Amino acid sequence: MRNFLAALRMVLQGNRFYYAWLGLLLALIALGIIAYLRQLEAGLIVTAMRDPVSWGFYISNFTFLVGVAAAAVLLVVPAYIYNFKPIKEIVLFGELLAVAAMVMCMLFVIVDMGHVDRLAHLLPVIGTMNFPSSLLAWDILALSGYLLINLFISFYALYKMAHSRDYSLSIIKPLIILSIPWAVSIHTVTAFLYNGLSSRPFWNASILAPRFLASAFCSGPAVMILIFQIVRRVSRIDIDNKALFKIAELIAYAMGINLFLFAAEFFKEFYSGSVHLAPMQYLYFGLHGHSPLVPWMWTAFLFNLCAFLIFLNPRSRQNFLTLNLACVLVIIGVYIEKGMGLVIPGFVPSTLGEIYDYSPSWVEKGVTVGIWALGALIYTLLLKFAMPVYTGALRFYAKD
Amino acid sequence: MKTARAVAIPLLLQLALGGAARVTLPVAQAEEYPVPPPPLSDGIFPCSDCHADLEPDPTPRVLGMHEEIVERFHHAEAQRWCLDCHNPSDRDKLRLANGELIDFGESYKLCGQCHGTNFRDWRAGVHGKRTGMWNGRKEYRLCVHCHDPHRPRFAPIAPEPEPRRPWAIDTASEGEPSAPPPAHGQHGSE
Amino acid sequence: MSTTRDPHDTISRRSFLKLAGLGSLAIPAGSADASIWEAFFRKSFREMNRDEVGAMLERLERRYAEEHGYQLAVKVTGPLPGVKYGYGLDLSRCVGCRRCVYGCVQENNQSRDPQLHWITVLRFAKGEKWVNDLERADAYYHAEAVPEDGYFYMPVQCQHCEDSPCEKACPTKATWREPDGIVVIDYDWCIGCRFCMAACPYGARRFNWGEPGLPAAELNPDTHYLGNRPRPKGVVEKCSFCIQRVRENPGRYPACVEICPVGARKFGNLLDPASEIRYCIDNKRVFRLKEDLNTNPKFFYFFAT
Repeated sequence: MRNFLAALRMVLQGNRFYYAWLGLLLALIALGIIAYLRQLEAGLIVTAMRDPVSWGFYISNFTFLVGVAAAAVLLVVPAYIYNFKPIKEIVLFGELLAVAAMVMCMLFVIVDMGHVDRLAHLLPVIGTMNFPSSLLAWDILALSGYLLINLFISFYALYKMAHSRDYSLSIIKPLIILSIPWAVSIHTVTAFLYNGLSSRPFWNASILAPRFLASAFCSGPAVMILIFQIVRRVSRIDIDNKALFKIAELIAYAMGINLFLFAAEFFKEFYSGSVHLAPMQYLYFGLHGHSPLVPWMWTAFLFNLCAFLIFLNPRSRQNFLTLNLACVLVIIGVYIEKGMGLVIPGFVPSTLGEIYDYSPSWVEKGVTVGIWALGALIYTLLLKFAMPVYTGALRFYAKD
Repeated sequence: MKTARAVAIPLLLQLALGGAARVTLPVAQAEEYPVPPPPLSDGIFPCSDCHADLEPDPTPRVLGMHEEIVERFHHAEAQRWCLDCHNPSDRDKLRLANGELIDFGESYKLCGQCHGTNFRDWRAGVHGKRTGMWNGRKEYRLCVHCHDPHRPRFAPIAPEPEPRRPWAIDTASEGEPSAPPPAHGQHGSE
Repeated sequence: MSTTRDPHDTISRRSFLKLAGLGSLAIPAGSADASIWEAFFRKSFREMNRDEVGAMLERLERRYAEEHGYQLAVKVTGPLPGVKYGYGLDLSRCVGCRRCVYGCVQENNQSRDPQLHWITVLRFAKGEKWVNDLERADAYYHAEAVPEDGYFYMPVQCQHCEDSPCEKACPTKATWREPDGIVVIDYDWCIGCRFCMAACPYGARRFNWGEPGLPAAELNPDTHYLGNRPRPKGVVEKCSFCIQRVRENPGRYPACVEICPVGARKFGNLLDPASEIRYCIDNKRVFRLKEDLNTNPKFFYFFAT
């Protein structure tokens, strides 16, 4: 209890910027709550989703964030396989990011539900979970398992550190090893959620899961690079430039693969030109005069391409100005491609051939901003607690 | 068509009200194909009211009587005329090609002479509208309940209103075609 | 099978509360009505025993009366033995008049506002691509009279697939295939995730985006638990082959069959060689929509001529 209070005090103390940041986040969360209450009262009719496009902005954000959550932990791979020390030390922050992203993912699914009071019907034993038939059941298990693993690893490590004790590698290491395939699996299962639907040709392509992983390997680490620089600035934690540049190099490879997979899909659809081309056409050139996503998709493509070139060139990826620019480009690019650019063309044209140009309503935007703010708040508070523990500034039992 | 609907609608009402007493015809096939009474034109049937005293003239010609029917008559008119179906001696009967006389309530036999495949499907319950019980007594309709025997082709009908567009499911008033807002295109129009 | 009302019920008092504006709270917290909590903690429909189903139906009927003024009976009639329903639609007859769409709305208590339809009538230009490229279809055709020259029509509704993608997708088993082949939804178990809508190749599943608007005067009071009873907002619904009609013995034809002015719609027992639907399959050239997906629908399109 005393420890908790100490941690709480730590978390709630900061400079003016810190309070301003918290205030902003709280305001946005309040906005999100207001929007959500409006949706609860009137139903999902306040969103722009309708029968032809029955998933929209919420599920788009969910999909993007699953990628972020998966990739934040996948930094562990080079750290352990190559035993690359500079990255190994900062894996913890990736795991905390995974926790925050996972919470956001779950919230995005929850706000998308028509009957949130029946959430328990999803659970095994209490409800009637349709396992193993429904991929959504798999996803729930995969995502919540992932959240628990990351919560356990990060809090166990922090707890031990805060007590000035070494954490037991025999506990941590198997879990970290487990978290690697688990991270791959959350994104694969999420891809399979779409992939398994034979009625939706845009999703029903075997390349979907690999593309998911490749793009996640871009956006997740790009977020991490930005966060590490902030961590470095606001705390005494020293993060080696080498680590950042190594991550940037990884993004270059991942983006290379992502662009290649994209090209493969683009070629297949346009060269063969079957009726299944329609969603691709809708995305990149417009279909029967409907082209709301066209500018977005080309923006995403250009951003990804530019970022790829920046990350590929050792000189530009080691210059912080271009590095950060490329990170921002990647995050935006993947957010478009993996968000709306993935979900919407699954529904357009609809299974009955209807073209409904979806764009999120104000309520959807409000709720989405609120969830992002809540995620940012969770991550901020986790970092605020983790950083001093990490540097040794916060110890529950003084060693004197 | 008009008369067919005039008969069909009260019949549907009857069915909806729990299948009240149904008129069956006193013919052998009535049990097999229970049909409501034929949609006979008001004031014309029984034909014998007028025709009993008239001498039948078997020459095919354009009639000076029954103008209303003559005007709309469009049923293989190059090959046929009135007395190919209507019996000249007893006007209250119809006559099959083999000379057999039948009631108006059995007219499907007459139609079936030419429209054999449709007659076969009709007996199976596949040509034409069938109501009643899917696993019990079925309500058949005579060919003439839907097809005017003198002009059998279906006349076009007014459709029910189109559904509201996705973005307007809760705004447009019933029946009004919803105009698309500028942000959205119109589906299906190129 | 519908249950009788409990004489000790306090409907009048509750109605008064509702009039006073207190009873209409959507959130159960603070409500003294225990039935809301019973509803919250209930089991799924398929796990209930007879008594639990009876109690639930009574609760349902009472709630419909209190909240919407609906006086209705909710049946849970089970499947008839030796029956598997099949549907036939004669594309050479359909004139695209949409009588079926609105007949279905009335029979099955669909929301009038926001508008919700279970049947979509698609219009195709003759000679253009159609079965495999529905993108050319138009569901919003406006015409003074049908059939229009140069067009033909194809109504689409739930195809009651034997291998239904929606059943596979549903994470809570709130939708399933009954022994008589009808794919049903338990509206009180559906969480509204709409995964089934993403899975359905036929656009047959419809979502209650808002609170369904169904005036009590337009209610069809003969309802089935798995069919046409009024739905809450936030759940998915679709055609049930008029389960409230066809499970009776003898049972009436589905409403769309009954209302079709040209007799394009056929219905019957696939297991009965003498049935109308079997006659269609045996004697006509039938096809099923999107056969490449192996969903194995029990809805057959055919051309009688």
